[in-house]
Amino acid sequence: MLGKGILKGMAETAKNFAGSYVSKERLTTVEYPEERIAPAENARVFPFLVYDTDNWEAGLRCVACQICEKECPPKCIYIEKSKDKKPDYVGKQQFYPTRFDIDISVCMSCQICVEVCPFEAIKMNTEFELATDDRFGGLLLDRSQLAKSNEYYHQIHPTEAAEVDARLAEEKAKLDAKAKAAEAAAAKALADKAAAPASPTPAKPEGGQS
Amino acid sequence: MIDKADQIFVLLQHWLISFLPAALQQPAAVLLGVIGIISAFPALFAITTIFERKGLARIQNRFGPNRVGPFGVLQPLADAVKSLTKEDIVPASSNAFVHFLAPVGLVTAVFMGFAVLPVGRNMVLVDMDSGLLFFFAMGASTEVSIFMAGWSSRNKYSLLGAMRAVAQMISYEVVLLLSSVAVVMVSGSLSLTKIVEAQNHYTGVFPHWYIFTPWGLAAFLMYAIAAMAETNRSPFDLPEGESELVAGYFTEYSGFKFALFFLGEYLAMLSISGLGATLFLGGWSAPFSFLTFIPSWVWFFSKVVLSIFVFIWIRGTLPRLRQDQLMNFAWKFVLPFTLIDLFVTALWRFMGEGLPRWIVCSAILLAAYFVMGRAGLRRGRIGPRSYRYAE
Repeated sequence: MLGKGILKGMAETAKNFAGSYVSKERLTTVEYPEERIAPAENARVFPFLVYDTDNWEAGLRCVACQICEKECPPKCIYIEKSKDKKPDYVGKQQFYPTRFDIDISVCMSCQICVEVCPFEAIKMNTEFELATDDRFGGLLLDRSQLAKSNEYYHQIHPTEAAEVDARLAEEKAKLDAKAKAAEAAAAKALADKAAAPASPTPAKPEGGQS
Repeated sequence: MIDKADQIFVLLQHWLISFLPAALQQPAAVLLGVIGIISAFPALFAITTIFERKGLARIQNRFGPNRVGPFGVLQPLADAVKSLTKEDIVPASSNAFVHFLAPVGLVTAVFMGFAVLPVGRNMVLVDMDSGLLFFFAMGASTEVSIFMAGWSSRNKYSLLGAMRAVAQMISYEVVLLLSSVAVVMVSGSLSLTKIVEAQNHYTGVFPHWYIFTPWGLAAFLMYAIAAMAETNRSPFDLPEGESELVAGYFTEYSGFKFALFFLGEYLAMLSISGLGATLFLGGWSAPFSFLTFIPSWVWFFSKVVLSIFVFIWIRGTLPRLRQDQLMNFAWKFVLPFTLIDLFVTALWRFMGEGLPRWIVCSAILLAAYFVMGRAGLRRGRIGPRSYRYAE
């Protein structure tokens, strides 16, 4: 019969109309400034620099190797390498960036810097409320603005951060083991030398080349 | 007391003009009536816009505007300020005078229609003997404005929109007129006040509204369809189909002129709902005899608001028709059905009181509805699409 479909449709819309006042689940709108949902775990906006310990300046994982600067497709990263060295997270002496700027007006959020970084030092942030009234200075983020603690990283990307931490711990353990072995070998060599001072040939079967 | 509430605006008018010398009283009374109309209906328009946006939003499970004022009720004010302060752009190649005249003419013509609408007992600006005719004459002259707007803009979308609007409005104007002719045939008058008076009787508690007769119901349905098409409302909003024509005939309008078109469209909706209420829903008369203590103008405006709600409801439900569907529907279903309804009305008029005329009229109309719904709207057999390429 003509008009049956229209009546059916009107019943449906009436149900929606009334239902939206009764059940809150129907209204999927999140009224943004007042209420907000946490960004998805694999959301990415712009990069940030990870630091360990409490001091962001000393704890930066970045060693100013400048790989990200070279790989960045739109060239939005600017790094100045330090003249001196400071110990990194495993205690090894490394260079550090005296300047590390990212122009987020140029950045295209491709994540290539994150993928090429051998030190797990640069990661993607999920912060998106970056509007500013200064479109040059306000969008050029420097070291202090980019540095975020490892805890923050854990907060925004828990799974990924746990993986990174496990990998770093494994590496550190490997290095420690190596150092220990080297130490032991050195001690052994020293002992050998002390035991046989007359022997002209310091025969070393293995180890030692740390 | 009840009479006072019912006649409050009439008494107010009399009291105000009593301060003037006798020679000025007649013009002042008319002026006061005009002021009443041009303040009441645009106010209703403002309410309608927020009502529509909220209603549509709720139909689509959204919140709708809720930023300006509590629950967004002050949104129309914000919109008004916005449209008043916007730049008014006139295209360089347009016919500037006609471009300016079109929205003004539209709003003027739409406002003229309200002059003959009885909004309450004794509340009609001009009690014309041929009020219905005047109303339709004014309604038809909006088409001129629309075509002026489309033509003077010198824009293909505007012109196409205007052509569509005129084609559609002429097709449905016929139906609109013929469905009201049924009412004229029974009430025997073209005066809208007389038509309301004819319906303002009660059997028991039930009123003698024309919608409660078989021919009246059929005519009302056809009138409602035609009214929707006349006012370019969804699902008949082809003249302003955004996906095809940007905004149709008012594509090149901005600022206050755009607002005037918007106003004209909604006022046309209000006036055509008002006329529908007058013709079929008993105008300002109460739906039950024991409710007559409520002022007549309250009844009129609640009927208008109810029709507006149905307009919005339908807009939220139905998708836009295609041009050929629109024309098929008008000429193959609505128009023949209205003609049959005219015949049934004549039958009703001459069969005299009693049950037989109810049965006969209902049977004819139902049969016509079924047959025409099937035959009139049968899909034509279209073969596989063939292409011919240029050599």
